[in-house]
Amino acid sequence: MDYIKLLEEDQMRSDIPAFRAGDSVRVAVKIREGNRERVQMYEGVVIAIKGSGLSKTMTVRRVSYGVGVERIFLLHSPRIESITVVRRGKVRRAKLYYLRKLRGKAARIKERR
Amino acid sequence: MKGFIGTKVGMTQVFDETGRAIPVTVIHAEPNTVVRQRTSEKDGYEAVQLGVGHIRPHKVTQPIRKDFEHRGLTPVRFLREFRLPGALNLEPGSQHRIEDAFAEGDIVDVTGTSKGKGFAGVIKRWGFHRGPMSHGSKYHRRVGSLGSRTSGGGGRVHPGRKMPGHMGHRRITVLRVNVVRVDKDRNLVLIRGAVPGPKGSLVMIRESVRNQKGGK
Repeated sequence: MDYIKLLEEDQMRSDIPAFRAGDSVRVAVKIREGNRERVQMYEGVVIAIKGSGLSKTMTVRRVSYGVGVERIFLLHSPRIESITVVRRGKVRRAKLYYLRKLRGKAARIKERR
Repeated sequence: MKGFIGTKVGMTQVFDETGRAIPVTVIHAEPNTVVRQRTSEKDGYEAVQLGVGHIRPHKVTQPIRKDFEHRGLTPVRFLREFRLPGALNLEPGSQHRIEDAFAEGDIVDVTGTSKGKGFAGVIKRWGFHRGPMSHGSKYHRRVGSLGSRTSGGGGRVHPGRKMPGHMGHRRITVLRVNVVRVDKDRNLVLIRGAVPGPKGSLVMIRESVRNQKGGK
């Protein structure tokens, strides 16, 4: 019996939508401030999906006040309240690291239908 | 009594109550058979002998087989002794279960046999630096100087000099690691961090010999 698999399956979430690199997502993250817990929204483009199973992560990039911000989320973490796909993007590669070098108009992604 | 024999299953991660991912080693801890006690009167020290694993009785030598027969037990594949305070509280012949030995938050030491690396050079084995790989250098990963004309009173190599040789496959104990979870339905213990040895290898878990406060 594969105990690792069993343990990981126990913790896996089934409420994560399917998305790909290039899609825009809105992530609701639980944040702890002292004793209070609140939910923060983070929206951006998924530029990479890494790993598999319980340790699967995505990197979400957004440009905030002219500064590029990338956050890596553990998809199955209980800290993530929800993930919604805002827009589907049409891209030709799995890792969109080239977006880091692009600004403004050049950094747009075509919508997938 | 805090001692247990198990087998390493592998590593994964679990989320704690704050949502942090904790790296854990999964250890399969099937009920141990309490085989015998060592007493100060008879053996000069106090310990308990635990056994685990199935073995066909005709596979063990007759003295061992008969010993188990006299105790009314079936032979076990692995026998290990634990010298622990209160080692004599366990009834010989009984089954010792993981949930009776450890609970979440306990600080333990885990002993195993590290992965064998074979005959390793001085760079892998002792962390020496290597020489330049190019620019006419022929000194790449070699041992280097072992001593001098004056070392040790005259042209000899000091004992204990770090040299190439067999690496790994050695008994290693990691001290003061936390028990993250005990899964009594599946007989599993989750230990924070890494534990020596390959998957499937035998590991011994015991109450830590070090300071019980804190821990990682």
